[in-house]
Amino acid sequence: MAEEKWGSKLGVILAVTGSAVGLGNFLRFPGVACANGGGAFMVPYIIAFVLLGLPIAWVEWAMGRYGGRKGYSSAPGILRSITGRDRTAQIGTLALIIPVVIYMYYVSIESWCLGYAWKYWSGGMREVVAEARLQAAPEAAEAAGIDAAKGYLLHFAGVVPEGAGQESGNFRILREFGKGCLPFLMICFALNFILIYRGINRGIEWFCRWAMPALLVCALVILIRVLTLGTPDPLHPEASIANGLGFMWNPVGHRLVDGTLVEVGFLEALSNPQTWLAAAGQIFFSLSVGFGIIMTYASYTKENDDIALSSLSAASGNGFFEVALGGMIAIPAAFVFLGPESIISAGEKGSSLSLGFLALPGVFEHMPAGHFFGGLFFFLLFIAAITSSLSMLQPAIAFLEEGLGLGRHSAVTLLGFITATGALFVSLISSGLTVLDHMDFWTANFCIFLLATIEVIFFAWVMGLDRGLKELAHGAEIRLPRALPFVLKYVTPAFLLTIFGSWLAKEVFSNGPYIKALRSEPVVQLTVGFIVGLYVFFSILVHIAVQRWKKKEALYSEKGGSA
Amino acid sequence: MNAAGWIIMLTSVVGMTALFAWCIRKVLTVPGASEHIHSQSDIDPHDQE
Repeated sequence: MAEEKWGSKLGVILAVTGSAVGLGNFLRFPGVACANGGGAFMVPYIIAFVLLGLPIAWVEWAMGRYGGRKGYSSAPGILRSITGRDRTAQIGTLALIIPVVIYMYYVSIESWCLGYAWKYWSGGMREVVAEARLQAAPEAAEAAGIDAAKGYLLHFAGVVPEGAGQESGNFRILREFGKGCLPFLMICFALNFILIYRGINRGIEWFCRWAMPALLVCALVILIRVLTLGTPDPLHPEASIANGLGFMWNPVGHRLVDGTLVEVGFLEALSNPQTWLAAAGQIFFSLSVGFGIIMTYASYTKENDDIALSSLSAASGNGFFEVALGGMIAIPAAFVFLGPESIISAGEKGSSLSLGFLALPGVFEHMPAGHFFGGLFFFLLFIAAITSSLSMLQPAIAFLEEGLGLGRHSAVTLLGFITATGALFVSLISSGLTVLDHMDFWTANFCIFLLATIEVIFFAWVMGLDRGLKELAHGAEIRLPRALPFVLKYVTPAFLLTIFGSWLAKEVFSNGPYIKALRSEPVVQLTVGFIVGLYVFFSILVHIAVQRWKKKEALYSEKGGSA
Repeated sequence: MNAAGWIIMLTSVVGMTALFAWCIRKVLTVPGASEHIHSQSDIDPHDQE
């Protein structure tokens, strides 16, 4: 097996930050904040960052490097090395399938970003808008053009739901190969696997070393454009960038009641459990904790690296992209050109995708030089997405190599086949985005909560705080907080269990829409069956890997530990 | 945008930016760690502690 390690401390920080910074920073965070108290949302957000995000990140870094020193980079191997028990390896199965399943739909969204960037810069979107304007009556041409831009995703990704008076979106991207997102999906897939094939140092780290600065430059250019919009329409002085920033940051939330915008006060927002749940969820998904990815990345660090500082750097880097850049771009721009109702309406449609792909194209139709900035914004999202999707492949690659003894070529080929099957399933059965939505619900919500809870309890109560914190403190130049042992043993697990319990009560035990759909819709049953099937498949592979490791250890013992 | 909004925005943005800048400065100024290369040959999964 090739020896893998990060080339530099900055390289690993850029890679972990790149893994964390994704669509959630630029689309999900502002949407969630706006819908949950605006500026008031920052109170539970910061508390969740300190008590949940950072401690779990430290847990993953410490366990990852501990396993790395024992020669393991995959979660099953790392967890087994901590306890010395074979059964523990099975917990790691969850850390393998979470990133793999998320990759299957994330790469699809990534291809939309690349496709949109291309359409804006190549003039494709201009043609779509011009055609819609031509077909509309003169007085409605402007609005028709904007609607065409806002509705472009329906055709580009085959989202058109059945019963919308049109042919179902399923297999549409295959039937209309050149017009849909399929060519871009193939490009994204190839790019991800070429980089992952090149390895940790020459692939992931090399790419993140130029991609992260490029991401920063793109974000700063768009930020300057948005902040200098002023009041584009003098007839509507209320539609100004200052008011847009106020809509995002004033400690007043908003919700739509019968189509009317109603304000939610500071204390009302903070006393609502939903606000705390949303903040914890945002921190969780944004920092990529509970995915199992950080554990694998941390296993490639050097023995005396300051992993406490690296972890803090990656978390703060993610926070910088999220708060200082993501919080200043999408909402203020959408407020100026589309109005507050559109923002809340997009948020209530349930996902960041609504804001990014349905609302913002409308903004770029209004904005001066909008098609250039539209292309730049979606290119920014593409870079953010690919640095994240890359990291989702590495845990499984590491496992296939060290667990089954596969070479890089075989491991990449096998994982490529598995993920291509899932990605095609998501992309082709695209009507209403049902498959994507339910895959996201069960993996990026349920499984992540579950894995993070297991990880923290495992670290504090099974590995032991003495051993775990000793690993975290080894080589650390920064001083760890004195309260950290108490936080890790009691506060973080209690916080997590409360959130996970509330989430289960709200989404699962109350027979929510996802459970109802699981009971009645064959497509949803197929989606969940696919995830369960994948879990069983990887669980069998983990069992085989454990047998291989045991044989290797027996051989090692026979040779008197001199192998 | 009201005064409370300005305070929250500036505190959040400046706070996150300062923390990130401090971390990067610290990473770049701390002396390099010694090399460690791990591979299958290093495997010793049983913890001895």
